[in-house]
Amino acid sequence: MVVISDMLVQLGQMTLVLLLAPLLTGVVRKIKARLLRRKGPSVFQPYRDLLRLLRKEVVLAENASWLFRVTPYVTFAAIWVAAALVPTFATGLQFSWSADLIAIVALLGSARFFLALAGMDVGTSFGGIGSSREVMIAALAEPAMMLMVFCVALIAGSTQLSTVATFMASSQVGLRVSLGMAMIALIMVALAENARIPVDNPATHLELTMVHEAMILEYSGRHLAMIEFGAFLKLLLYISLIICVFFPWQITIVGAAPLSYVVSVGAYLFKLALAGFLLALFETATAKMRVFRVPEFLGAALMLGLLGTLLRFVSESF
Amino acid sequence: MIPGVDQQVWCVAALLGTTLLAIAANRSNKSTTVVYGATLVISLIAFARALSFLVAHAEATEMVLPIGLPWLGSHFRLDALAAFFLAVVNLGGAAASLYGLGYGSHESAPHRVLPFFPAFLAGMNLVVLADDAFTFLLCWEFMSLASWALVMAHHREADNARAGYVYLVMASFGTLALLLAFGLLSGAGVGYGFAAIRSAPHAPSEAALVLALMLLGAGSKAGLVPLHVWLPLAHPAAPSHVSALMSGVMTKVAIYGFIRVVFDLLGPPGWSAGIVVLVLGGATAVMGILYALMENDIKRLLAYSTIENVGVIFASLGLALAFQANGLGLAAALAFTAALFHVLNHSFFKSLLFFGAGAVLTSTGERDMEKLGGLIHRMPLTSFAFLVGCVAISALPPFNGFVSEWLVFQAVLRSPDLPQWGLKIMVPAVGALLALAAALAAACFVKAFGVTFLGRARSPVAAAAGEVDRCSLAAMYGLAALCFLAGILPGLVIDGLAPVAQAIIGHRMPVQANDPWLSIVPIAESRSSYNGLLVFVFITAAASLAVYFIHRFASRAIRRGPAWGCGFADPTPAAQYSGASFAQPIRRVFGTLIFQAREHVDMPSPGDPRPARLTVDMHDLVWERLYTPLTKAVWFFADRLNQLQFLTIRRYLSLVFATLVTLLLVLAIWS
Repeated sequence: MVVISDMLVQLGQMTLVLLLAPLLTGVVRKIKARLLRRKGPSVFQPYRDLLRLLRKEVVLAENASWLFRVTPYVTFAAIWVAAALVPTFATGLQFSWSADLIAIVALLGSARFFLALAGMDVGTSFGGIGSSREVMIAALAEPAMMLMVFCVALIAGSTQLSTVATFMASSQVGLRVSLGMAMIALIMVALAENARIPVDNPATHLELTMVHEAMILEYSGRHLAMIEFGAFLKLLLYISLIICVFFPWQITIVGAAPLSYVVSVGAYLFKLALAGFLLALFETATAKMRVFRVPEFLGAALMLGLLGTLLRFVSESF
Repeated sequence: MIPGVDQQVWCVAALLGTTLLAIAANRSNKSTTVVYGATLVISLIAFARALSFLVAHAEATEMVLPIGLPWLGSHFRLDALAAFFLAVVNLGGAAASLYGLGYGSHESAPHRVLPFFPAFLAGMNLVVLADDAFTFLLCWEFMSLASWALVMAHHREADNARAGYVYLVMASFGTLALLLAFGLLSGAGVGYGFAAIRSAPHAPSEAALVLALMLLGAGSKAGLVPLHVWLPLAHPAAPSHVSALMSGVMTKVAIYGFIRVVFDLLGPPGWSAGIVVLVLGGATAVMGILYALMENDIKRLLAYSTIENVGVIFASLGLALAFQANGLGLAAALAFTAALFHVLNHSFFKSLLFFGAGAVLTSTGERDMEKLGGLIHRMPLTSFAFLVGCVAISALPPFNGFVSEWLVFQAVLRSPDLPQWGLKIMVPAVGALLALAAALAAACFVKAFGVTFLGRARSPVAAAAGEVDRCSLAAMYGLAALCFLAGILPGLVIDGLAPVAQAIIGHRMPVQANDPWLSIVPIAESRSSYNGLLVFVFITAAASLAVYFIHRFASRAIRRGPAWGCGFADPTPAAQYSGASFAQPIRRVFGTLIFQAREHVDMPSPGDPRPARLTVDMHDLVWERLYTPLTKAVWFFADRLNQLQFLTIRRYLSLVFATLVTLLLVLAIWS
């Protein structure tokens, strides 16, 4: 019985993230447009974009290799698997034990690794510049993320996301300075990893400051659709992660009544919408930085993560 | 047949016999095939015996040969630790021999390689088997000299002679440190046998000194910063399959020496020893990979990345020392197993990557990445194997590099159990260094693969490259398969390592084979678990699902066209991103401090037809701040001492007289 419910939760979660991801991006775009006093496209525009791209033929560069064609699917699959392992509305996912938080970080790293390689495959300068900057950002964002993981794992005593969420949802946590620092670090990393302002601008094309969009410049058609879908999923994943680790209120713990699932799905959607609104607000209020200011931004995230980890020991000893 | 030490010694004897054969059949055409064939068979047998020893949890066996010092003989012993390292050595040896069967036919001077190759393998086997200080040191020197001879195989090429010289100096220095360490351990009355050393008590001050000497001796062979300088010179200079052995296997023999002395012979040292090893390991990991990122010679890049991996292993060993000193046996076993797992993994993927670099070298004659590119079209099989190696070494799931890295992080997360404040704070900080090193490693191998194999060919030789022979490919694919298998079935490896941890630490990780779905659970399932097999299945299933749905219900049309060049299409392949430009952002972030990197732009004024030039000024601070002053000091004193050789007889006599009086005075005051 438990296995069946866990399995249902797992499948429900996998479908949910897949269905919700474009909507989240659509909502963020809509709110951003409204904040700029534009009307903005419908919140369902990302779905239409994906369908349009999927139906189009692929234009491949003459010297594109098999790696270029495989990468969109590999990155999409890696991100989807990672997203399926982050508890959104309920803990006790059937497969959550197959990869913990560290493995989720590494799965996202795999997706980026292949995307960066694909950027170099055709041999144009744009792909190279995008890849090289993407790995530079990742080289700083990943350790910052790991320190956040350390901090949370040292407090919760586990790197297993279901256990972490259960622990954080219990009343014994309280407010902790180190958790606050870890949260800020995670938000900064999330901004960088999702190519959002102030690190990168998701709305630009052909600007020398762009990073992620330059890397995928050669992609078209269904390949581009897969990469865009992966990017939508990644944004959802990071927001879910922040919610699951730091705001797991109303998340359904294993073995709860069926009704609680309805409540927790509602709570999750509400939290997601709120996060989307805050992201749009933040992006409208700040400007993009020069690319060589990014290391300072991420260095701050790294320091926050480290301070959070060390403070955890200090706070424990008093 | 019970696996025992005698069989391993027979294998070594056979390897030495092969050396004699190679000398005898010096100029024969068949000698390449015969020698590598023989080493392949012998290595496989030795590997199988070592593996069966581990699997059978067999008892340690010893033997004494009446050679060496007359009153001592040569002691050999096979225990779990030795069996594990023998397995690593001989598997690497077998892969290198298989590769050599193909690669060796391109060798320009086979008579300089063939006799030393089996001797080098024999030397590494002997170091692991040795059971007394004298034999250990003798075999260590034998291994060093055999590998030195291989480094000097192409001694007429520029820089190789210098590489050989630096290697010889550093190897001698390392052996000197080891000699002093064993001298301290054997003491006045303990004796040379490891059994005697193990049972003798060691004072804390003595233990600290031995640890420092081992860090110098074994650390210089393994490539700990700042003793690493010889490694990126010597490893690439050798033929590629020997580079693979030196990087993938010989550094592991050095780590074996460190473990044998510090963990086994010395007994558990204090926790401060752990902190030293930990910090050195973390610093080595980050420095090594930063050097690698700045490098454009593919074999040197791989050699620098070896330094990073050695750093990871030492950091993990430092963790094990810290936990063991505090009586946290299970955590120590976890850290120790992680270190051994990484030893195994690194021997797989580093050999694989060196084989790939060797294949590129054979078919293009180039090691400089800036002259390569586009090889994925010309050498599809090699490039796929190399890609597997890159993914594995970048610690990405579901391959093996990730599993050992994950275990190290799990051990780092046990740091709250440690009572000392220094350790509590240093362990997560070193964890951060390791995370940084892992992220930089991914960047480094995007560069290594991207610049070498992707894009367009940057030179005519790269455009005309062809696939390499079957033996080389077989060696590469064998190792790639091992990388993959160790990644998806890590539980089996951990269980295989259990007897080693049990013998050295006194504890072992929980049995993994009984966990459902072959997942690995280091401590408890609620704490952390990982299942490489499921992650792989999920990714494959998700990707296949996406491919199926899209190709079935959406479009599957493809059109080929020229790459979009913003209206200025395809100037020359040189306009691509190069290795140096790829590393430029990271150079600007880390390099200004660590390499004192400065960029100078020489921009001609308008109307001046000169091309603009960007020059980058980088300094290797280890060389400039440590080795150059040291060499200068040595030269200075050598010059001064040199004057002693040109004295008159009167002055010589007075010198002798003065020395005699001084010595007598010292003796009088001393007693």
